[in-house]
Amino acid sequence: MQNVDWVALTIFVALFVLISVLGFWASRWRRGDLDQLHEWGLGGRRFGTVVTWFLVGGDLYTAYTFIAVPALAFGAGALAFYAVPYTILIYPILFMVFPRLWQVCHKHGWVTAGDFVRGRFGNRWLALAIAITGIVATLPYIALQLVGIQVVLAGMGVGGTGFLADLPLIIAFLVLAAFTYSSGLRAPASIAIVKDVLIYLTAIVAVIVIPMQLGGFDRIFAAVPAAKVILAAPPPNSTGSLSTYATLALGSALALFLYPHSLTGILSASSSGAIRRNAALLPGYSFMLGLLTLLGFFAIAAGVDKLPEFASGFAQFKASFSIPALFVHSFPSWFVGIAFAAIGIGALVPAAIMSIAAANLYTRNIHKEFINPEATDKQESQVAKWVSLIVKIGALAFILFLAPQYAVQLQLLGGVWIIQTLPAVMLGIYTRWFNSWALLIGWVVGIASGTWMAFAANLSSTFPLAIGAFNFPGYAALYSLVLNLVVAAVLTPVFNSAGKAAVVDETVPADYTT
Amino acid sequence: MNDTAGKRNWSWWYLLFVVEFLLIIWPPLYNSVEPPLIGIPFFYWYQLLVVLIGAALTAVVYFATKDRVL
Repeated sequence: MQNVDWVALTIFVALFVLISVLGFWASRWRRGDLDQLHEWGLGGRRFGTVVTWFLVGGDLYTAYTFIAVPALAFGAGALAFYAVPYTILIYPILFMVFPRLWQVCHKHGWVTAGDFVRGRFGNRWLALAIAITGIVATLPYIALQLVGIQVVLAGMGVGGTGFLADLPLIIAFLVLAAFTYSSGLRAPASIAIVKDVLIYLTAIVAVIVIPMQLGGFDRIFAAVPAAKVILAAPPPNSTGSLSTYATLALGSALALFLYPHSLTGILSASSSGAIRRNAALLPGYSFMLGLLTLLGFFAIAAGVDKLPEFASGFAQFKASFSIPALFVHSFPSWFVGIAFAAIGIGALVPAAIMSIAAANLYTRNIHKEFINPEATDKQESQVAKWVSLIVKIGALAFILFLAPQYAVQLQLLGGVWIIQTLPAVMLGIYTRWFNSWALLIGWVVGIASGTWMAFAANLSSTFPLAIGAFNFPGYAALYSLVLNLVVAAVLTPVFNSAGKAAVVDETVPADYTT
Repeated sequence: MNDTAGKRNWSWWYLLFVVEFLLIIWPPLYNSVEPPLIGIPFFYWYQLLVVLIGAALTAVVYFATKDRVL
């Protein structure tokens, strides 16, 4: 706790107080009965095109993203840019698939992916698998948002270790927990608007001002080691980093809208048209993410990791400190305060939505299904509020008592796990050809094989798939998903002919379209 | 089986998404420094450009299919 930048910290705290007030006030915004789960947990499905744009944008492009993706560019170079094709590929999926899911969920009052699978396939164990996968994949993601706050606090000199150093983070999280409890999804929706204005401002200023300081893009890229500027040419008999890049982009894109927080954001839209309009409007965030990724190269050119004032930050946070260091190095204190507030508040929005999404899953697909089927609407909403608190405290404890790299590794595994719900959820929107028990076994095989691949590759997401003498390094999530699909497809006729009783489907074709 | 993906829901405009997919899924297509734009290697500005192209194509599909069922 030395060399605290008081100007930056004051602006940071002021903006934080502002959005906290907003978060509590949000309970009265588009007022609804917060004792109903769809009011607390989906904002009453009342958000139009513009609010959905801010909410889903703030939800998907998280603080952790803004720290970690440029940090990857700083460390690994061109590979980090896979975030851009990733976020390009998500929008056709959003446009084609998810308006149908919105329609059917709206019709039946469903709040989670588990609800949909339960209704579609009539198998509560499959729904349970979907819910558990969602919750487990979300928890480390929440923890990583905290790392985002920690890193910017350290950038302002509020760092180090010990209770005093952790106190600001604890306060920030308690405030977050309180307004999420009282306002539900309305809180992150209202805060997202402020946060996104700040983050766009920061991104635009950074991408114009810093290259001017560094003497232009020519000089910046000249300072980057040649091997990092583009993807390395593959070695003989391998597709090398080219297949790594493409499969990371495609696998991440397929997984994204299966995450509970993404789905919660989508289902809170007021119409399926609002979702489709957003598929054309949300790429605004992708463009900004691409620009921010370039900041990793700016940090290389500025040589921030060699400056003595940032040594302790890099020692504690490694490459994740490169963006905060770059901002402190390049901007006056008052603008550092604004930029860091954008990132810090940027952590609260997805953390709130994630905890709400996990709470919705627990409430609907575990509590109501297995523990208290008689729960009233009010009890349901009360359980969800408490679970959202527990989830956040768990994430906080995780960060305070365990090393952050566990959260990084778990989040990586989370991506491998969540994609295994694709056959039931995303294909389920189009067909109920699959047998639900075959889907469940496919899910088990996908989780097991994906986890094995990740561990075999030393907890990295890239698995060196060998076919004959040829190597196709690629994203373990995508490879294990293929196994999952094959198993589900092969076992479906087996289970069907074994005479499993015909299952009920609560949905009819018209539910998906009107 | 009450599959819901009937042919009536199909629109040829959706093929624009295939174009978008092909523009970005094959990294050898754009894994190059040359030609740079204001000092930014091709690899980066091309992908940023595809973000904009993708948004434009999605908007076209939206307006072209607006009045039909999903």
